[in-house]
Amino acid sequence: MSPPAIHVRFRRPVPGFTLDVDLTLPGRGVTALFGPSGSGKTTLLRLLAGLERAPGGYSEVNGEVWQDDARRLFVPVHRRALGYVFQDAALFPHLSVAQNLAYGQKRRRPVTPSSQADHSAVIELLGLRPLLNRRPPTLSGGERQRVAIGRALLAGPRLLLMDEPLASLDHTRKREILPYLDRLHASLEIPVLYVTHSPDEVTRLADHLVLLDAGRVVIDGPLAATLSRLDLPGFATDDFGTVIEGNVLACDPAHRLLTLRFTGGDLRLIHEPAPLGRSLRVQVLARDVSLTLKPPSDTSILNILPARITAINLLADTGHVRVGLDVGGTAFTARITRYSHDHLALRPGMGVHIQIKAVSVLA
Amino acid sequence: MADLLHVTLFTLGVALLGTALIVPAGVALAWLLARRSWPGKAVVETLVALPLVLPPVATGLILLKLFGRHGPLGHFFEHTLGIDIIFTWRAAVLAAAVMSFPLFVRTARVAFEEVDPRLEQAARTLGAGPWDSFFSVTLPLALRGLVAGGVLAFARALGEFGATIMIAGLIPGKTITLALGIYHHVQLGRDAQAAGLLTISIALAFAALWISERLLPRRTSA
Repeated sequence: MSPPAIHVRFRRPVPGFTLDVDLTLPGRGVTALFGPSGSGKTTLLRLLAGLERAPGGYSEVNGEVWQDDARRLFVPVHRRALGYVFQDAALFPHLSVAQNLAYGQKRRRPVTPSSQADHSAVIELLGLRPLLNRRPPTLSGGERQRVAIGRALLAGPRLLLMDEPLASLDHTRKREILPYLDRLHASLEIPVLYVTHSPDEVTRLADHLVLLDAGRVVIDGPLAATLSRLDLPGFATDDFGTVIEGNVLACDPAHRLLTLRFTGGDLRLIHEPAPLGRSLRVQVLARDVSLTLKPPSDTSILNILPARITAINLLADTGHVRVGLDVGGTAFTARITRYSHDHLALRPGMGVHIQIKAVSVLA
Repeated sequence: MADLLHVTLFTLGVALLGTALIVPAGVALAWLLARRSWPGKAVVETLVALPLVLPPVATGLILLKLFGRHGPLGHFFEHTLGIDIIFTWRAAVLAAAVMSFPLFVRTARVAFEEVDPRLEQAARTLGAGPWDSFFSVTLPLALRGLVAGGVLAFARALGEFGATIMIAGLIPGKTITLALGIYHHVQLGRDAQAAGLLTISIALAFAALWISERLLPRRTSA
């Protein structure tokens, strides 16, 4: 049997361009659909949900075919086992939070001991218990989104679609809801398609990345591998860096310093104390990585790691150069000046050291 | 006094029945106008609004031609169903229904348009079929507007005169509503009786309008 996967093939004109995608996505984990606004991300999500229809399209989720116009098959939205989280939550204003949560559950799933257990688990996971008797208009934006996510999950979906769930929230509300999404990411068994134009959300939540531009897939692949590619389109290069996953190796509370061990070495960063062994995902932007031929002494830079140059991409007419590096098996990207590239005479295959300030490692 | 009570109850009955008659079709049509696009939509929209601007007497004449003994609909009702319409209480109900239909459809349409379509989509992603999402989301959210439209239609039906006199006639004890009664009494110089009916008319119209205004959402505060 083939591994679980999501297949989508849609072609549909939208104002300004034609959405034309043919994608196979992992049947597990969080896939981020990232791109500038108006690139077709939301349309793709709505087509997959069946809220809109592209003639001739095809969609299949983990073995279940939802649309196959070649066979005249189109499963109506309400018969697709999916959860959809709208950008503005779309809670039913005439129902209480508890009734909103029950809406999908009672339509999609019989009441069984296991569905009751799921109910409690979802309510705990998203911290919804204190909200159950409230009415949607009295909730804050972040609370609304949590209820919307809970409502979608309680309908027992086999695929969760999230359309910019944080886009309408201010910075404070975002920080308030992100920990819940982390927990969701860690505990969820079903695949999630997450539409966003925020690089922060991508690096924090995604396992797989699809870059869309003007209705076309520019690049797709596993997150870390995709972000380390040197041919990323312009709209993505400045905001993304290298994503590193590691475990906490040491903790120095006096200096608020954490040491993270990853394949490739140790990385020190400023972070609140965390238990040893906890896994942590951090990001280093390409422009925060510098190169040196010989490791310096007496420097304030805390992270200096040996690396080998794998590729060099001279960005035409910009004075910038993107350098692909291998650090003990982990791919890094550095963005340096054309001047330094020439001055140091960098070439693929060369051994160098990368330097990253601890304050530039973003948790 | 007995006459006053009889006319009042008869008028209330005619208006209630007329309103009840148009609500199901009116809800369906208002929803179709608010949520769907279909060929001929603009024509239907105009046709439905016509009684609002046409002289009521003209509408009455059209109804007379349609439902009269030799009219296509009148023939059907009389010969197939055995029901007389023209110059009976049924004609008063028919006139009330036709004249208040546009008011109801307009109010109901706005009520449906004010329901965010995203909520209906959310209902569908949660497993609700089209009817289920209509009854569990659209209808409850539009209900205030629909009730307001019903009350408005009822108020319009209470005062219906022109079309009613054309097809129901002025038959004392049989088809006389408040509006027809006022006209009838004034014609015969019975000003005191007319004043009695007038007082009741004003009270009923005032109550109905007051209720419908309370029900309609305030758009100024939003």
